[in-house]
Amino acid sequence: MAKPKKKFRIEVNEEWCKGCVICVDVCPTNVLDMKDMLSKWEGMVVYVKDIDKCIGCDLCELSCPDFAIEVYEVPQEEEAQSG
Amino acid sequence: MAFNYKPYIREDKFPNIWCPGCGIGILMKAIIRAVHKMGWKREDVALVSGIGCTSRMPGYVNFNTLHTTHGRALAFATGIKHARPDKHVIVVSGDGDALAIGGNHFIHACRRNIDITLIVLNNMIYGMTGGQVSPTTPAGYRASTMPYGNVEPNFDTVNLAIGAGATYVARSTVNNPALMERQIKEGLQNKGFSVIEVVSNCHIQFGRRNKMGDQLVLRHWIKEREVPLRKAKDMSPEELEGKFVIGTFVKKTRPEYTEEYAKMVERVKGASK
Amino acid sequence: MAKRLEVMSGNEAVARAAIAAGCRFYAGYPITPSSEIAEKMAELLPKVDGKFIQMEDEIASMAAATGASLAGLKSMTATSGPGFSLKQENLGFASMVEAPVVIVDVMRGGPSTGLPTFPAQGDVMQAIWGTHGDHAVVVLTPGTLEEVYLETVRAFNIAEKLRTPVVLLLDEIIGHMTGDVMIPDDSELEIIDRPKPTVPPEEYLPYDDSYGDVPPMGSYFEYPFHTTGLHHDKTGFPTTNPVKCGALIERMLRKVFGNREWLEKNVEHYTEDAEILVFAFGSTGLAAEVAVKWAREQGIKAGLLRPLTLWPFPEKRVYDLAEKAKAVVVAEMNLGMMIREVERAVRGVTPVYGVLKANGQPIEPPEILAKIKEVA
Repeated sequence: MAKPKKKFRIEVNEEWCKGCVICVDVCPTNVLDMKDMLSKWEGMVVYVKDIDKCIGCDLCELSCPDFAIEVYEVPQEEEAQSG
Repeated sequence: MAFNYKPYIREDKFPNIWCPGCGIGILMKAIIRAVHKMGWKREDVALVSGIGCTSRMPGYVNFNTLHTTHGRALAFATGIKHARPDKHVIVVSGDGDALAIGGNHFIHACRRNIDITLIVLNNMIYGMTGGQVSPTTPAGYRASTMPYGNVEPNFDTVNLAIGAGATYVARSTVNNPALMERQIKEGLQNKGFSVIEVVSNCHIQFGRRNKMGDQLVLRHWIKEREVPLRKAKDMSPEELEGKFVIGTFVKKTRPEYTEEYAKMVERVKGASK
Repeated sequence: MAKRLEVMSGNEAVARAAIAAGCRFYAGYPITPSSEIAEKMAELLPKVDGKFIQMEDEIASMAAATGASLAGLKSMTATSGPGFSLKQENLGFASMVEAPVVIVDVMRGGPSTGLPTFPAQGDVMQAIWGTHGDHAVVVLTPGTLEEVYLETVRAFNIAEKLRTPVVLLLDEIIGHMTGDVMIPDDSELEIIDRPKPTVPPEEYLPYDDSYGDVPPMGSYFEYPFHTTGLHHDKTGFPTTNPVKCGALIERMLRKVFGNREWLEKNVEHYTEDAEILVFAFGSTGLAAEVAVKWAREQGIKAGLLRPLTLWPFPEKRVYDLAEKAKAVVVAEMNLGMMIREVERAVRGVTPVYGVLKANGQPIEPPEILAKIKEVA
């Protein structure tokens, strides 16, 4: 049986995000995108567009200069063996 | 996976002062992870800086932190380390701070091989003061004090450190945060003077004067010029012109200053008994 | 009295006294005529588990001494004119972060390289005002070798008690003057240490002015804190708040000027009925002692005020004595520096005359006597 695909959760701290777009740029699977937030310096902040594509490479977290993005692995639920 | 930076940062000082997209925050996180992996207690670490954008880092991390005068961080740090050789001292510095006004302290800290880790964030410009030319501004590129393009040759941080005797010398760029962390950790592990250069983007002061005012454009410009050390060994000096060779250049052992001093003290006290 | 007589130079006396005062860190750079202080510290410090380092330049020496002070050690550096100029920026930093450091300046002829092996007293203004911005330092000017020893100890005590840089100002004559020194036993010396925090480290604030003008000082690693040369508040973090910035500078000045009485220390000879008041310090003060004695022998009521604390300036004492006198004579090895301060203190109640000289030669007693006789 194939190993179940790992699942991830991404948290964004909109207060600290400066909208620099680096995380969107470094993400290899297009998980992230920007959304308008006119109160911010750059007028935008990051949001999670498509979490299912996340492979947990951590590049967005490592590359965020503002401690504004965190990637968590979601523990595999003990799903029913019934399949 | 989600690293818990909280115990290491002064949350009430955030968001930090750096421009959106600045690489200094990426370096700050790498330093925190490296210290964490060393298993050191926060109160046993001193982070010392001089003046400049990079030098504002001590305000955000929860160590013993000292924001000193321009170029002099290594001299203050030498006093701290010499006074307390049992503790850990890290210095962060920009290219102007470390290589121009602080150049003398840089080479002498290398020579002494005192157990301090220096991280030079090289963004090729004076950021805080408004985009003046630095010892690492590439030839031909513009700065506010080189409006017609830089006519001065550069310092190579790595070669300077090697020549002066540092015992761990490495370079990474802002595009390689995991490598940066690994090199910093190796620097912290080295019992001696370590120099790690991190090439970073100042799209505001360097980029905007050189048609790279977007952080991503400048980050890509750096990435295009990255050459792994392995590959660089087979390249000619001409081919390496304007490139950023990344990797670990030196990892060696040499007597460390505070240990040698302690041995001398023992010898003196033994003789006077 | 457990005192012992030893032969030594002024520079050696500084080093010996520093060790007795608890100095355990020295960073310096060679410069004539102060180098013997570094040499002696290099010899003595390892024997008491102290740390010596010859740094790459004068700037680095001031920086390293300040760093070690923050890490908990009583620290000192020594230099002479050109080196003292180089130290000024970091002296201001030590002042701003309130790190106790003793800076010895053995004055030689200036400006620039000047007269490296000849005496002068031309650094007094630099000692007081050398770094930029409003700040207050304490400047001590011993004359005799015994004073050099005791004033060095006092320099450390003041630095520690007030958390401030203290400048110990010698001149080439005093630094190299060699003779008998009556050294007090260590047990007879009063030694003051910096005020220590009483709160747990997590509650410690490095500039908590609720304790008074001198906040308790924790050492790095025991009391982790942030500090900066920027204007900062009681937490040590930068601020541009005008109320906090103003309060910081005012408190730092108050630490020194509010302790005027505790800091003031003068040597006086025949001042009780002096009609001619001589004001001189350092080696010139010793020449003035002789001149005043000669004047008395010739029937002139001359008296001498020789300050050991040059800054804060003993302005009240100068005024009180000048008011009773008919002339004030200021002798100093420069072309008019402290004479301005004396004139300011005297406020015109008595005419002030100078015996001023800046040619590398000491001011000798006959020169001062001649002026006393001229104005008597």
